[in-house]
Amino acid sequence: MSISHALASGMGGIRTAGDLVARMQLSKKMRLPEAKQYVADKLKVSVFDLSDSTVMRRLREELDIGVITAVPGTARGLEAKVRIADLLGVEINSVRRWRQKASSPVGPQS
Amino acid sequence: MNTITTRMGDGYTVELTADELRADLLAGSQDAVRRGKVPPLEQSELDWLFDLFANPSRIVGVERGHEVVLTKDGSVNTLYSSQISSGVGLPLGREQAFRIFERAFCFDTMEIGHPDYSFKPVKPLVSLEATGVEQALQSTLIPVFYGAMPNFGLYARPDGPFPNPSDLLPKGEIAAARDAQMEMAEACREDMVYVAEHMAAVGADGINFDTTASAGDAEFLATLQAVEHLSRTTDLAIEVGMAAEMVLGFHGEVSYAGQRLAGMWPHQQVKVVEAAGAHLFGPVVNTNTRMSAPWNVARAVTFVKECSRVATIPIHANVGMGVGGVPMFEVPPSDVLTRASAAMVEIGRVDGL
Repeated sequence: MSISHALASGMGGIRTAGDLVARMQLSKKMRLPEAKQYVADKLKVSVFDLSDSTVMRRLREELDIGVITAVPGTARGLEAKVRIADLLGVEINSVRRWRQKASSPVGPQS
Repeated sequence: MNTITTRMGDGYTVELTADELRADLLAGSQDAVRRGKVPPLEQSELDWLFDLFANPSRIVGVERGHEVVLTKDGSVNTLYSSQISSGVGLPLGREQAFRIFERAFCFDTMEIGHPDYSFKPVKPLVSLEATGVEQALQSTLIPVFYGAMPNFGLYARPDGPFPNPSDLLPKGEIAAARDAQMEMAEACREDMVYVAEHMAAVGADGINFDTTASAGDAEFLATLQAVEHLSRTTDLAIEVGMAAEMVLGFHGEVSYAGQRLAGMWPHQQVKVVEAAGAHLFGPVVNTNTRMSAPWNVARAVTFVKECSRVATIPIHANVGMGVGGVPMFEVPPSDVLTRASAAMVEIGRVDGL
């Protein structure tokens, strides 16, 4: 069932820019047109391109924000999310936590 | 004359003439108008739905460029769990299943959830649940929700500590039934907040209150109060997905933000969910198994279109088994499922599914 929806109507996740548009809905409560336009502006592509895997596969690797295929050396997991937070200008909870952990002096937990 | 092959609301194939198809689409939409006091579909929208169902292709989809964001209730349990009617029981861990949804199924977001998928049983093992979320956050890119149901029924005897309103109401003990529901609501709210705060502490992107108000208005109130607290005190994105199209008045007198909760339809539900501070709303429209899929889809999108119109937050409509025009069958046929999916986007004007 999930796959049918993904094929019929879904943005495509990290094949395209689906995760990025989702982040704007989650962080700023943006409705879909606004969220798509915001991400398109940040990526310097058209709204139409956001769901185009041909465009987005290459752009994601160029921006190093995580790609769908297993490419050694590209940003993964939190590495990619740090870059996504900076690219979109939004706060991602797990990135904030990682920054706090990474920058705090080594010693007993407060 | 050629007939159009489609389905009934229970999933079985049915043949309709073109006139029957048009009549079912109109009747389904009118049923939503009558019950929910929402505007009818325009003729152009009914024509679009006619073409959608008359199209003989097995699979259909939205127009390129109209794709929407997917969130998912039931979480990665779909892959590793087994509850007879859902879950394929694969020998996978939750974090593996999460990665499959991200990298193989290309979902835009995903959830971690407990196999029981209710907040109450999560409470004693919340550290394990938070660890599952934490591991997904470390290794994946897409937003990570934790999802569970308020599942009010678990708070009444014999499953919980409070008198069971279903036992009290038939005896005419209405005041006692109401008192019990308010006690249940308080315990339920506390559990939801407790679990969500643990997820916020590990950096989860969001929390999903799924199948909200399954036991009616007092459960809805408990969820709205939890949402209000969490939206003030955490950075979680909060999704509220409903259990049914109308909030049952099991209590009958509870209100939120000055609005009586019993009897609310999706376009009214979204306004109290917004007031509580939620980020996403998932309306439900129930499928009638005795009516055709076109009737059900037209009815569902009529309700949801109005909900989308009045909303200020993103609308992620529920289009799973037995809701949103999808047949009430554990393996929903892809022909009708994709039609319900496309119609919810193109006519229901949702921001996600």
